[in-house]
Amino acid sequence: MIEVSHCDLSYNQAKSQVKVYDNFNLKIEQGESLVLIGPSGCGKSTLLYLLSGLMPPTGGEIQIWGEPVKGTRQKTAFILQEYGLFPWLNVEQNVSLGLRVRHMTKGKYQLLVEDMIQKMGLGEVKHNFPSQLSGGQRQRVALARALTLQPDLLLMDEPLSALDALTRERLQTLLLEIWQEQKLTTVLVTHSIEEAVFLGSRILVLLDGRPTQVVGEILNPLVGQRGYRQTEEFFQKTSYVRSLLERGGLDESAK
Amino acid sequence: MNLRSRIFRGKFWGYLGAALFLVVLWQYAAWSLKNPLLPTPKAAILATARLFEADLGRHFWVSTYRVVLSTLTALLVGLPLGLIMGFERSIDRFLAPLVYITYPIPKIVFLPLILLFLGLGDASKIFLITFIVFFQILVTTRDAVRRVQSETISSLRSLGGNRAQVYRYVLLPASLPDVLTSLRLSMGTAIAVLFFAESFATTEGLGYFIMDSWSRAAPDEMFAGIIMMALLGVGLFIVVDFFDNILCRWQHLKGN
Ligand SMILES: Nc1ncnc2c1ncn2[C@@H]1O[C@H](COP(=O)(O)OP(=O)(O)OP(=O)(O)O)[C@@H](O)[C@H]1O
Ligand SMILES: [Mg+2]
Repeated sequence: MIEVSHCDLSYNQAKSQVKVYDNFNLKIEQGESLVLIGPSGCGKSTLLYLLSGLMPPTGGEIQIWGEPVKGTRQKTAFILQEYGLFPWLNVEQNVSLGLRVRHMTKGKYQLLVEDMIQKMGLGEVKHNFPSQLSGGQRQRVALARALTLQPDLLLMDEPLSALDALTRERLQTLLLEIWQEQKLTTVLVTHSIEEAVFLGSRILVLLDGRPTQVVGEILNPLVGQRGYRQTEEFFQKTSYVRSLLERGGLDESAK
Repeated sequence: MNLRSRIFRGKFWGYLGAALFLVVLWQYAAWSLKNPLLPTPKAAILATARLFEADLGRHFWVSTYRVVLSTLTALLVGLPLGLIMGFERSIDRFLAPLVYITYPIPKIVFLPLILLFLGLGDASKIFLITFIVFFQILVTTRDAVRRVQSETISSLRSLGGNRAQVYRYVLLPASLPDVLTSLRLSMGTAIAVLFFAESFATTEGLGYFIMDSWSRAAPDEMFAGIIMMALLGVGLFIVVDFFDNILCRWQHLKGN
């Protein structure tokens, strides 16, 4: 289990301190696919940074599988919002970077990397630089790089925004397959309500406030079922998430 | 590969065309001025060929060696220091004022001191050029590192990268294009300073050769020296371009 206990986090901004989290608590079960959804600036990325260990909380503690998080973990993979890939490395070099950073020798990682590149359908473009890839290909590279690390926790910050509808659906299906196949624990941030319901076994609706509030938590046990997108249940869940988000928006304007 | 050789050939014709254009311009100027101080290109090129074996080649070599050694030294010191100053705020806070105060002072004013301590030989000239180029590389590198998005660094950190690996895999490659640009700009400065430093109190180098020909009223020989200086400059640019093409290929993808 992953436990965020009594966490505080503030940023220093030009004139003031912004308190994004104040005594925040969250539990994530192993194998869960948690989706975070909420308005821009509500603190979704910040939560992923906390979970990744890149940013220590100003108060409280985070434990992953019983171990307190101190700095980055070997088995946590984090796909950052937009900036994930290194423009000076080609696809192959980008995918292998995580392993190279861990001092794995070329002889060892070559096969792993080649395997992953094929699996992600990147064989044709493996010598291209990120600027020579489509948005969907870039996201697959980021995913390939994360998965070569064989993580037990995968954090993704809006991995599929800025993709066309069809590419997006295809990659959603890919993410779902990976999650089901590997029983990975994932935390995904998205702005798309459909994506949240399609990918999340649990959906956390956050509300922009100082500090951030959780306005709703939706369990989504049918996630991953064949044809889920076309079911009545799917439709109901999306309407519910939407109503929570809209209510959040109303509260905001009423203040 | 095919594309690369085509680009290379294109560049070659570009240089040749530019050289021809300059020669034609020069020829025209020589004809219209009819002044013995400006020889025709033909006379200058003949002088170059004639003198190269004698001693022009040696002067060329000495100058090349001085510029290249200075630039490499400046790079070897300036690049790491620039990376560190750009990334480690605490070190920067301490060193930046020092750099800001010394950077704008024209380093040439220190020449008398440098000559006093390092003598008239190679060392003083190499030191002076290194000194000047060093600052340019230092400041450029530092600013380039500062422009690196913190997310890019986080991305490497999230892969498990430590501090040293942030330098190796992020800061260095991210600042390299700017470093090469500053190197290109520094080349111009370096050659100008070289000429100045070689034009007195020495008997070696293109600067000396040019001033000496001038004082001997041998304009064709003087222009032979100028041609060699131009060749030195072009050669250095080509070398920098070469490294740019290899190391920063990702930067040049949209162009072709
Ligand atoms: N490095 C920082 N320094 C200061 N304030 C920050 C910093 N990063 C984020 N913030 C502030 O913290 C709040 C939460 O930011 P965060 O990036 O977590 O939002 P988000 O939910 O990911 O938004 P988006 O959907 O736009 O990505 C915002 O109000 C933002 O202004
Ligand atoms: Mg964000």
